[in-house]
Amino acid sequence: MHRGLLGIEEMERAEIERILARAKDFQPIQSQTVKKLDTLRGKMIVNLFYEASTRTRTSFEIAAKRLGADAVSITASGSSVTKGESLVDTLNTLAAMRPDAIVMRHAASGAPHFLSRHLETPIINAGDGTHEHPTQALLDARTILDRRGALEGLRVAIIGDIAHSRVARSNVHLLSKFGAEIVLCGPVSLLPPELADLAPGVRLTTDIRDAIKDADVVMMLRVQLERQHEAAFPASEYFRFYGLQLEHLELAKSDAIVMHPGPINRGRELSSEVADFQRSVILNQVENGIAVRMAVLERVIG
Amino acid sequence: MSALIIRNGRVVDPASHVDRVADVLISDGKVAEVGSGLSAAGAETFDASGLVVSPGFIDMHVHLREPGFEHAENIESGSRAAAAGGFTSVCCMPNTKPVNDSAMVTSYIVERARRHAVVNVFPIGAITKGSAGEELSAIGAMKAAGAVAISDDGLPVMNARVMRRAMEFARSYGLPIIQHCEDLTLSAGGDMHEGAQSVRWGLRGIPAASEEVMVARDLILAQLTGARYHVAHISTRNAVAMVSYARAQGLPVTCEATPHHFALADADMPPYDSDYKMKPPLRSLCDRGAVVDGIVSGAVTAIATDHAPHPGSEKMQEFERCPFGIIGLETAIALALEELVHTGKITLVRMVELFTTGPESVVKIGRGSFAPGSPGDVTVFSPDLDWTYDVNQSCSRSRNTPFDGRKFRGGPVATIVNGQIVWSRP
Repeated sequence: MHRGLLGIEEMERAEIERILARAKDFQPIQSQTVKKLDTLRGKMIVNLFYEASTRTRTSFEIAAKRLGADAVSITASGSSVTKGESLVDTLNTLAAMRPDAIVMRHAASGAPHFLSRHLETPIINAGDGTHEHPTQALLDARTILDRRGALEGLRVAIIGDIAHSRVARSNVHLLSKFGAEIVLCGPVSLLPPELADLAPGVRLTTDIRDAIKDADVVMMLRVQLERQHEAAFPASEYFRFYGLQLEHLELAKSDAIVMHPGPINRGRELSSEVADFQRSVILNQVENGIAVRMAVLERVIG
Repeated sequence: MSALIIRNGRVVDPASHVDRVADVLISDGKVAEVGSGLSAAGAETFDASGLVVSPGFIDMHVHLREPGFEHAENIESGSRAAAAGGFTSVCCMPNTKPVNDSAMVTSYIVERARRHAVVNVFPIGAITKGSAGEELSAIGAMKAAGAVAISDDGLPVMNARVMRRAMEFARSYGLPIIQHCEDLTLSAGGDMHEGAQSVRWGLRGIPAASEEVMVARDLILAQLTGARYHVAHISTRNAVAMVSYARAQGLPVTCEATPHHFALADADMPPYDSDYKMKPPLRSLCDRGAVVDGIVSGAVTAIATDHAPHPGSEKMQEFERCPFGIIGLETAIALALEELVHTGKITLVRMVELFTTGPESVVKIGRGSFAPGSPGDVTVFSPDLDWTYDVNQSCSRSRNTPFDGRKFRGGPVATIVNGQIVWSRP
């Protein structure tokens, strides 16, 4: 396996289990007064973000620092990219500065995969286009496991713009490897039938009630208007048919949890009441993001 | 007087229904005779024992990139790649810079080819000015300057009325019209075939329907106008079926398939590898099977490479930014042998037809046969030579191919153009 972390699809289940277990070790550190370890002292991590991101970039930065590593964050829009430098040249330049890993987010699907073929430095994918966002799926799994004994047999509904969602793809691959039942739900134009072949255990529906019925986990996706290259659905009626409302949750299991990768759009993909709902674990996801990314950085660099 | 005798090869000349071991005598650049024990005073000889000797192969769909994109290819390098692939004639598409939409550009290409090309080069003129799809270019003048067909390859003619007029003019000038079939409103922004792989990799898809919708429209217009209509690089099941239907109705409709479309499907593509990115994209296994079936049934009438060089720097980018196209001249015969002949799907004679009389029937360049007096163009190839394609040894200026390092059984051995040996296997 490549030394970096490009996607969940190519990861072994055992490997994922190791990261999730290690992330659990790191959870208590997040609430200690002294949060810093020296596991990665002297190591250097470059966060290279070609797309705007607050939480993922900050989360990686904090994770690196809590492990004692140095972290530099570069927001590439407005730097050498706009001066016409190619992606591979930019990465070669950064690699020549000998970082121990490059954490990268890019709007083009496969950009980190392409670079990893030409670069020695390990690359951690922090989201590539509409393909994968592996650390998000890992932190989602950690968050679910904090409340359930196992992923196996769980019924997980993922609702929203599935076609353009890297979060959905990574979660589908991860949950499927652990034997969860996955229902993908969204407007028909954002739910290509080929999604059913993404991994075993996936079912598609355009009916949000059908998706939520008996669910253990309801995972809402951000409506990615910026990734829509056309008006694939009438935005005015999105919330009416695909927005999560409190009454929907009555269809789910009584202890079902609500997740969202953030940032949330109150009133677009979920109602304000749902966002503040007691079984909504959105902030736990954020907190687990750091523990999971510590585990990933340790594995890649340590 | 110069003479060349190609001795003891298996002469396969579908135009004359010849398939036997014989000699081919070429005198003063023309085919003089096909027979046994031929001799001519002072003739050079080429021993073709164990090899196949055919009329020179014609690739009716290449991009030589000159004028305008000489960093990717030029007429000389492209023609050398053609010779190394066993082709004696190529037809070059007009998407150069400037676009070949006038007699001036056509003449420039003809003149550059006369001086620098090692194979015969026949320009294809643009259907519309700048291939912008709006105003017809000077079709008759381009024909007078040497254009053998018209096409806006790379860009389909989206406006049906413009296409209708283009077909009417093409017919009146006796030229075929070649269409890159793609409804841009359906394919917009797509980077690979729309299917399981594109969904898995989060890449925007080019649906098979984008090709099929355009083929359907054009076949109706071809029937309306009576034009000779040719579908470039056909790639989908329905497109093959519709062309087959039109041919059965007696319409003068033809189509070509590329080696990559009959040899590969989207499932063969490594993730985000731009050496597998072309238009039309590698389709589903089912579509690939339909292209092969079309070759077997006769619906597909020619093999053409769509040789599309791009420099490494342009292919070394994010997948969605990489240009479409792969080079193909040097691997075409080997792929046809491996995928079609060795598998028993078609005979060797049929394969030779697809490279000679098939394209000749469309572009009518007066080649592709050993009839006495024909130009002395000969392709000598081996059906079972073991060799490995090393793109770093390619005559092309570009290196964008998915077939680098592939081991082949069978391939070109020598290429003779107008009686001159312009390439032989090193």
